[in-house]
Amino acid sequence: MARRIFITGYGIISCLGDNMEENLASMLQSRAGTRRLRHIDSFLRDEVLVGEVHHTYGELFALAGIEPAEGFSRNALLGIIAAREAYGHARMREHPELLTGLISATTVGGMDRCELYYTDFLSNDTRNIYIDSYDCADSTEKIAKLLGIKDFVTTISTACSSAANSILLGARMIRSGKLDRVLAGGCESLTKFHLNGFNALKILDKAPCKPFDRNRAGLNLGEGAAYLALESEESLNITGITPICELAGWGNACEAFHQTASSPDGIGAYLAMKQALDMSGLQPDSIDYINAHGTGTDNNDLSEGRAIEKLFGNRIPAVSSTKPFTGHTTSAAGSTEAILSILCLQHKVIWPNLNFSEQMEELSFSPVCELMTNARVNAVMSNSFGFGGNDTSLIFKQVNK
Amino acid sequence: MAWINGIGIISPQRTVESKEFLPEVMEYTADFLKCIEPGYRSYIDPIQSRRMSRLIKMGIASAKISLADAGCRSEAETQPWRDAIPDAIITGTGLGSVEDTEKIISEITVEERFLNPTPFIQSTYNTISSQVAIQLKCHNYNSTYVHRTFSFESGLIDGLMQIEEGTARNILAGAIDEMTLNHLHITRRIGQWKMQPTHNLSVLDSGTPGALAGEGAAFFTLGSEKQASTYAELTDVATCINLDGSYRHENFLPVFLKRNGLEINDIDIVILGLNGDSNHDPHYRSFAALFFPETAQAWYKHLCGEYHTATGFGLYVAANILKRQVYPEILHLNNVKPANLNNILIYNHFRNINHSFLLLKSMEI
Repeated sequence: MARRIFITGYGIISCLGDNMEENLASMLQSRAGTRRLRHIDSFLRDEVLVGEVHHTYGELFALAGIEPAEGFSRNALLGIIAAREAYGHARMREHPELLTGLISATTVGGMDRCELYYTDFLSNDTRNIYIDSYDCADSTEKIAKLLGIKDFVTTISTACSSAANSILLGARMIRSGKLDRVLAGGCESLTKFHLNGFNALKILDKAPCKPFDRNRAGLNLGEGAAYLALESEESLNITGITPICELAGWGNACEAFHQTASSPDGIGAYLAMKQALDMSGLQPDSIDYINAHGTGTDNNDLSEGRAIEKLFGNRIPAVSSTKPFTGHTTSAAGSTEAILSILCLQHKVIWPNLNFSEQMEELSFSPVCELMTNARVNAVMSNSFGFGGNDTSLIFKQVNK
Repeated sequence: MAWINGIGIISPQRTVESKEFLPEVMEYTADFLKCIEPGYRSYIDPIQSRRMSRLIKMGIASAKISLADAGCRSEAETQPWRDAIPDAIITGTGLGSVEDTEKIISEITVEERFLNPTPFIQSTYNTISSQVAIQLKCHNYNSTYVHRTFSFESGLIDGLMQIEEGTARNILAGAIDEMTLNHLHITRRIGQWKMQPTHNLSVLDSGTPGALAGEGAAFFTLGSEKQASTYAELTDVATCINLDGSYRHENFLPVFLKRNGLEINDIDIVILGLNGDSNHDPHYRSFAALFFPETAQAWYKHLCGEYHTATGFGLYVAANILKRQVYPEILHLNNVKPANLNNILIYNHFRNINHSFLLLKSMEI
């Protein structure tokens, strides 16, 4: 029997709030956190709607619990805030004898400072301390150093599914016996770099995004960080922690179709969800809720919707995308939405898909539009799909007593 | 463990065009060692490759060479790659597509409005893994690791776990990074590289700070089964992080070897990541002096330069030594002649923070 993987804590910062309580409160009030861009100087400032964390770069140091210092990217600060919360929530400081790893994810890495100082990088020595903070490993190592995590540290980048793959790797490392506990997730800060990249691809909605809507017009980018604490059953016997839920299944598949577009039939999405479901041993109708990747782009929602239809047939679970709340936090989306899905298990709620009005012609189902309370939620699926067709699906379920 | 069944490697040495193992050594006096690229026509449709950046082309070509080397490819181009679908494609890259990333930053620093989306599409780190998947029409597991000198090693750890889990029989694991003049210029500011053109073969005598930079693209076909093309057994891979200065080789290395049924004395060659940086080479010297004073010591970064995934070149070297049972002189760091060529340990470190170990055994034992 394969080792079971349990979730023992989490931490999150997003445009909805600085910690898990604030994020939950905002979700329960069906209040989106997106707004006009404030912290980046860009021509897109008055045009796009974004899920920007409501703090300046300088303010984040206090939230991260560190003295302002040179060399920190906004990305690393977001990562530290959420990772520290998860670490505390899961009491990971206790039992240092347990093998503990950090698996983080990011794609734009420290680009937020790099794009500000790039001209200096090329011409003078004034910003040298930020040269090292440009790459993807920098935020991970800053988190690991602060929290004293040293048994395994790495960084994953599979674009918008990155953080889901961190959770997947963490689970596999625990299952294989290499680690007892893992802090897994991702961080991403908004940058002029990828705002412009997505804008050039013409997939940014200037208005609040409308996933799965017939008239959807693209995505709203977001930023944030989210980490989950994973622990083995043996480890729980030592720590005595009561787990929040169980990670019952995971799947990773590739579209192998196009660098930025998903295939019309959603083959990657289907395979990832199917693998996760098969591993969980659950029947399709045991899945009570799918937190969809649901970006609001033409392409994703059609492809994902078709894949859901193919897997679940005419018994499609409640589906919604929470990206209208948080914006698309790219490399942090996988862990952000894993936490939002776990909140559904804990609070017996199903999140609404904000801004939806008209069903897509091509699909047989519509997403959930109003907050559902006192719902039956024993198992949830969280989807994360990325550029390059890197698709990952995770299933969390209630711990069987 | 897994068997190394195929290798495709594009490097500053003639590793593509020759079936020999380091037949003629390329000498350079340069700011960085640049890859000798193959003609891509035999690997990528020219219409597709026109839009691809150099890194992606190197990635696809080395992946296909690796699969062909492992016999995973039918020779007839009419049925290309039919039997070549790996169960996982995993890439390690420290910096991804530096060239595309620089294009975007340079452009948006001046004017945001007219950005061409192509460099953005190619700039994401997972482009190599996903482009290889697209070429092979491979829907299986696909991931990318981006943690400095842990990037390739993390991918190998992932791949070995899949073979051990029994979820994969064939895995394509890559190590790929590129250097550009801008990136070299910027990272020279923080002491990473030699400040002047340097002769690669005498880099160890430089006595100055900074390494000689390089680049490379290597893909390894790892299998659960030994076959005719097999080079060696990739026994184990480990990464050790030393962020607080508390890491000690003495506590780790004997345990690592022991879990693989070996002791220090069983290592026939230790391959060190020496790169000519007077700040960091002493660490390799003391490591070798402490554990391997009487062992054959080798190095390879004079052939490929330093980059985050340079251990890919190290693995190519080790696998060939074991398969061919030859120990070319160009690799020798000391005069010890190994009695056997059975067990090789590759050790690498980055700034005494990221330490990694790759252990290989020959097929015969």
